[in-house]
Amino acid sequence: MSANPPQFHDRATTGRMMWAIALSLLPAAGWGVYRYGTPALFIIMVAVGAAVISEGVIGLIRRRPTLRDGSAVLVGLLIGMAMPPWVGLHVPATAAIFAMLVVKWSFGGLGGNWMNAAAGGLVFAFYSWNRQMIGPGVDGESSATVLATVRGALETASGPVGGPVGLLRAVGYPVSSVDASVTDWLNARVLTVVGANLPGGYVDLFLGYVDGAIGEGAVALLLIGTIALVATRVIRWEIPAAYFASYAIVTRVFGGLVFGDGYMAGDVLFHTLSGGVVFAMFYLAPDLSSAPTNRTGMLVYGAGAGALTFLFRFYGAYPGSGAFAVLVMNTVVPLLNRGLRPRRFGTRRRRDPGGRVRAIAGAGRKP
Amino acid sequence: MMRTATFPVGGLYPVHHKHAAHRRAIRNAILPAVSIVPLRQSHGPDAELCVAPGDRVGEGTRIGRAVGDLCAHVHSPIPGLVREIRPVTLPDGVISTAAVIDLAGSFDRLGKVLARHEWKTLRPGTLLRLIEDAGVVGMSGVSQPTHAAIDATAAASCRWLIVNGAESEPYVCADHRLMVEHPAEIFEGLQIVERLLAPDRVAVGIGADKRDAMRRMRAHDNDGRRRDYVRLSVKYPQGDERQLIRAVTGLEVPSDGHAIDVGCVTISAATLYAIWEAVVTRKPLYERVVTVAGRGVARPGNIKVRIGTPIGGLLAECGGVTDPVARIVIGGPLRGYATTDLTTPVLKYTTAVLVLTAAEVNAAPIVGCIRCGRCAEACPMGLDPAQLYKLVAHGRSGDAVDYGLFDCTECGGCGYVCPSRIPLVDGLRNGKANR
Repeated sequence: MSANPPQFHDRATTGRMMWAIALSLLPAAGWGVYRYGTPALFIIMVAVGAAVISEGVIGLIRRRPTLRDGSAVLVGLLIGMAMPPWVGLHVPATAAIFAMLVVKWSFGGLGGNWMNAAAGGLVFAFYSWNRQMIGPGVDGESSATVLATVRGALETASGPVGGPVGLLRAVGYPVSSVDASVTDWLNARVLTVVGANLPGGYVDLFLGYVDGAIGEGAVALLLIGTIALVATRVIRWEIPAAYFASYAIVTRVFGGLVFGDGYMAGDVLFHTLSGGVVFAMFYLAPDLSSAPTNRTGMLVYGAGAGALTFLFRFYGAYPGSGAFAVLVMNTVVPLLNRGLRPRRFGTRRRRDPGGRVRAIAGAGRKP
Repeated sequence: MMRTATFPVGGLYPVHHKHAAHRRAIRNAILPAVSIVPLRQSHGPDAELCVAPGDRVGEGTRIGRAVGDLCAHVHSPIPGLVREIRPVTLPDGVISTAAVIDLAGSFDRLGKVLARHEWKTLRPGTLLRLIEDAGVVGMSGVSQPTHAAIDATAAASCRWLIVNGAESEPYVCADHRLMVEHPAEIFEGLQIVERLLAPDRVAVGIGADKRDAMRRMRAHDNDGRRRDYVRLSVKYPQGDERQLIRAVTGLEVPSDGHAIDVGCVTISAATLYAIWEAVVTRKPLYERVVTVAGRGVARPGNIKVRIGTPIGGLLAECGGVTDPVARIVIGGPLRGYATTDLTTPVLKYTTAVLVLTAAEVNAAPIVGCIRCGRCAEACPMGLDPAQLYKLVAHGRSGDAVDYGLFDCTECGGCGYVCPSRIPLVDGLRNGKANR
């Protein structure tokens, strides 16, 4: 142990931070397991298991075990939670192994990876098993993600569709009883004050009563987890905030176009609450290793990821727009770190080109 | 109401741990039977030895003569016999010659009411010489001889005189107690320095956690001169010179310059007290107030102790060490040094002796950087410590210099927040040494 300063430290350690993030995900994962049952539990366990085994094998080879830092469990958990409950177990397993071995360890392990490991593994799965990730089979009959449903309805619709929620209603997408009662209460007691009216369906999206990935649905629980992480200073608020702001603005301006509603008619609430946007916003984008290290960089990075998420979600061919947006922004992080570093103290541009302020300060003042 | 001033870039709020000692009155230490007085009492060379083994010295006899402007005179803290002259290792690892003095004989000053000398009729040169003769140095960190910091050259450029009562290091509250218990003396010390520097403006900056000190200091400000009393944030490192000047005046000391380049002179409350003693009571600087704290100490507090007292004696005075100890620290926990040698003496610039338990240190194994950016967020100089560390580790110290390596003031904030426990301060120091 060094005798040199500092002599004491903040309580946070790398391991504690990783475990804290994993812990904050558990409520949302638990909701997914409750909603989708054992298949969901198996998917999460397989993803975590594959990630842990990969990390363990690497640890054996390097003779330096790293499982205790929690990052393998975290990456596995993120991947498992972003899987829809109907995929085969080979999908989470392959995605987790790819994330750990290729994305993380080929660049030197925790902190060495320039690309978000979980997002890398997920995009690998989205591109390899595109069909499986949005619906259960080729016929696509029974369940599919809520977004796939909207997309399908949009292709067959004619005339005005009334935005994504209108489409869902048109195809008879179920609205839960919880949604009905909460929406009624909100409209009667809260929103009357501002003269607004909330249509049915949004509360389902917020609470996680729609079909989709196992751990992405319960937006409310993800929000609580992230608030806890920001409050305990495990993650910084800048990235999720900038991500949301940029995504909301772009969606508001352009989000109505695909539904034939023109500019400034996007449904921000629906497009934020549905799919994996919140998951990417709260848990993929703020990843410590692959995000910028300075505040301005974080804001630009978050804003870029938000805008790209819109682009990939509305005009992309593949699911997983949030994860893909994060990956694209990862590639510019070195630029952001270098180009947007804060001004160093004492390097303010001086007014007098002649040199030191001393010349002005002392000039002929003293008797 | 008074605003809370601070600096804009970086900074951190470490656990302050001040409650254990900051409300207890300063206690006097028992005199040490043996005093080990290093001749290096400032960040300069050793003073020149002017006693020999076997010599009899009195309380305050000069035993080391200053050489040059970076060095201050050293005085015997106790009456006695010089037993031997031997090298000692100071807390920061530097080796200094030290005089070892055995207590013997009678005291000239202890227990007596010291005569107060009138100073207002004295000329600045005489005042400065009194301060120089007393061996006064900066007592709260950067330990420059005070007579050199407030001489005529400084007076020619001094627009702002700023009293540093921030004391933003955790645990440390010696200056706090001095301001509460001796505001009149500190105020008179300030008047002496104002006389020497003739500044345009005078500001007294006191940490927001020291409201009693602020009240007491203001209550003793009674000569009608305008002084700004500034409440300073408890953010660390508010007490560092550059951050203090930025908070109080809005001026930034240039990266390659010094405080005086922007017309500022800063001086700590403890140093003002030493100046008062030197000028008004003609007492050399041979004792100071030291904070003894940490969960490993039975009776924490602020102790007035003779320079040269081994820290073991000081700890014994505070009821000894209780819990299993993780570290004994000399100085504040962010800038100080750990030691295992209980014979290490108290120096003029020793602000604290801390006995920390494992629960306070929060040690953890060093692991790889995860690029969380916490160090860059904490750095008060706007640097990216992790990047500098990596550049130095890869032998690219030259690039590190371009990215501001020499702006680093070694405040320790990056090392405190690093979750991977990377020894950032060590690494950056190596880079500076081997560029």
